[in-house]
Amino acid sequence: MSIELGHFALVLAFAISTISAIVGLIFWKREVLAGYLQQGAVLQFVLVAASFAALIQAFVVSDFSLKLAYEHANSAQPLIFKITAVWGNHEGSMLLWVLILVIMGAAVAAFGRNLPKDLLTLVLAVQSLIAAAFTGFTLFTSNPFLRLSPAPFEGQDLNPILQDIGLAIHPPLLYLGYVGFSVCFSFAMAALISGRIDAAWARWVRPWTLLSWCFLTLGIAMGSYWAYYELGWGGWWFWDPVENASFMPWLAGTALLHSALVMEKRNALKIWTIFLAIITFSLSLLGTFMVRSGILTSVHTFASDPTRGMVILALLALFIGGAFSLFAFRASTLRVGGLFAPISREGALILNNLFLATATVAVLVGTLYPLLLDALVGETISVGEPFFNLTFGVIMAPLLIVLPFGPFLAWKRGDLIAVTQRLAGAAGLALFAAVLCFALTGGEVSLAPLGLLLGFWVAFGALAELVDRAKFFRTDVVTSFKRLFGLPRTAWSTAIAHFGIGVTVIGVVAASAWQQELVTTMVPGEGVVIAEHQVTFDGMEHVEGPNFVSDTGRFAIRAPGGGVRTALAERRVYNASGQPTTEAAIETYGFSQLYVQLGEPQADGKSVVRLWYKPYVTLIWLGCLMMAGAGFLSLSYRRLRVGAPRPASARAAAE
Amino acid sequence: MRALVALILLVLLSAPALAVRPDEVLADPVLETRARAISEGLRCLVCQNQSIDDSDADLAHDLRVLVRERLTAGDSDQQVRDYLVARYGEYVLLNPVMAPHTVLLWIAAPAVLVIGGIVVFIGARRKRAAGQTALTDDEAKALEELER
Repeated sequence: MSIELGHFALVLAFAISTISAIVGLIFWKREVLAGYLQQGAVLQFVLVAASFAALIQAFVVSDFSLKLAYEHANSAQPLIFKITAVWGNHEGSMLLWVLILVIMGAAVAAFGRNLPKDLLTLVLAVQSLIAAAFTGFTLFTSNPFLRLSPAPFEGQDLNPILQDIGLAIHPPLLYLGYVGFSVCFSFAMAALISGRIDAAWARWVRPWTLLSWCFLTLGIAMGSYWAYYELGWGGWWFWDPVENASFMPWLAGTALLHSALVMEKRNALKIWTIFLAIITFSLSLLGTFMVRSGILTSVHTFASDPTRGMVILALLALFIGGAFSLFAFRASTLRVGGLFAPISREGALILNNLFLATATVAVLVGTLYPLLLDALVGETISVGEPFFNLTFGVIMAPLLIVLPFGPFLAWKRGDLIAVTQRLAGAAGLALFAAVLCFALTGGEVSLAPLGLLLGFWVAFGALAELVDRAKFFRTDVVTSFKRLFGLPRTAWSTAIAHFGIGVTVIGVVAASAWQQELVTTMVPGEGVVIAEHQVTFDGMEHVEGPNFVSDTGRFAIRAPGGGVRTALAERRVYNASGQPTTEAAIETYGFSQLYVQLGEPQADGKSVVRLWYKPYVTLIWLGCLMMAGAGFLSLSYRRLRVGAPRPASARAAAE
Repeated sequence: MRALVALILLVLLSAPALAVRPDEVLADPVLETRARAISEGLRCLVCQNQSIDDSDADLAHDLRVLVRERLTAGDSDQQVRDYLVARYGEYVLLNPVMAPHTVLLWIAAPAVLVIGGIVVFIGARRKRAAGQTALTDDEAKALEELER
């Protein structure tokens, strides 16, 4: 019964979003409409949430009369994986997508009370249009509420690789980011339709950009760490088309974050900012298309069905094509904004945008080129890691070199020489740290020390800004600390985010360049040494899990600093599907990790063991956490709170 | 073709083993290092975007052994790659070659950077020539309200 209610709620949500979209887009000038659309947005959220809850309920009670539950769940799965199984498949993940979309719509309705009425109506109407399209897509091509009769006694199983806590965290975070950019898109559409494109618009849209960007950062980082520990060969980024699909909106969103800053503060870059807002969500849609249409094969593609692909492609064409037509029609009417010299904060941010846009194009072309070449010419080529590492690295290096200068430069006209002087300390420290690492690692000539230099430079450069603004070394220490903690949160968040980039770069370089690897066969009792860690194989045990059986290898690891840890590496076979997976044993020492993976037992009773020592690998994700944390910090800042701040007069009246 | 499909299915269905097995490793460390470097740039043809160095598939194992055989036989790195391309097509190379059909792939990003740079440059000059256009009074007032 609850399944039918959920189904009905989704149909109702589809109807409401369709009506909201049509009425809102036609009559947006009527002020009275805004209130109705706000209620409509909240109602869409309530209805989709109800239908999602119905789906979760069916999975939790293992109601296998629901086709989706039968295909992707099993009664023996632990509760958490019964719940996550809801979105561990195509239909359910589309519903999650729609749920997050309507959450965003409801949030705009709730926080956007101070927006001009016509703008609010338009934003909610466009948001409803997207919701209508994707609710319709879910209902008509990917309906999660189909029943089976007679109901099977037991369900098949969720893909064992997905039976992991990562599935509980990664897709919701990623979708919050992906879909969050729909708000920026809706704002851009509203601006183009109403012609209201000014600094205030940038102020309204920036918190949404920042919020989405934070979630996307977390989602990508989480996905990367999940792949790292689950897929079992210790890689953390593969330039897989699906990873690229999430990375492109991130790059474009990062550019948008910075260009909206220029638009807000200086009323410049308006056309470009609107363009980026459209592009960012378009890339999110493209990602959805690539993952959900089945034109790519990957662990993310749950089912491939050509009709779905064609429908998503049509939606893609509708939204992106429509948006750009409107853009082309309206962009010429925009006036050019504030003036600035090439050497200025604005100039630096434009450079940032130029490089980020180029990086986005590089990833986009690398991802789509093999598909297009195959479709158009029939030649199959691969574009893999070496290509991306080269092109992306070449584009990123100059961006990272100039990055620390940006926050130091003044708006309108900056003094490059003065800034260079203020950054001299950071440059010196970075050089010293890089040379030290170079010497400590044996002085082997490679690109790695240069990469480290870049990472240290960005990290110290970010700190230098705080040090400089607090006037350390120029006044007494107490005053400096007072100044430091009195700095606006935006200054802190800029510094922390940029510092995080440096940290990630250092982690990437160190883990790639100085990783140690050992492949060997071991019998119980045998020991090996890797990176001064003594690893002893204690033997195998047979363990029965809730829905799998596992051959668990027990290892004792003696760290050079003393202390023994037991690490368990598993080879599992899942009962329902018979699918095997491996679970690596990962032990963290400081920022570094020791990664042990168990291979197939050999005929002679030996076990193949693969060990990696990955120095400073956790910095990769710590840096991402810093970036996202900095974003949330900035969001908590009063002037950047979601929605528009109340005018002072209204606030005074209320008090 | 049918045989190929059957082979792919067979490989996909077989249980995962490990990438680089101990018995594959060459005794000569110089040759082994070269083999690893080459392997990292070769695609496992039945996997999802993995190099043969990373993959556990049996086909990847066969290719790793093949690479090592060719190296032991005295091939240069490029000869090994050419040999594999001749057998499996360009699809096997993770780093695409520079050729007429990949020119767009390679020049797209640099072209965007150059064109973007020119646009920015011209835009900046034109803007300076056009003179100051500040906020209108209404806009300035609205912004001021917000900033308060």
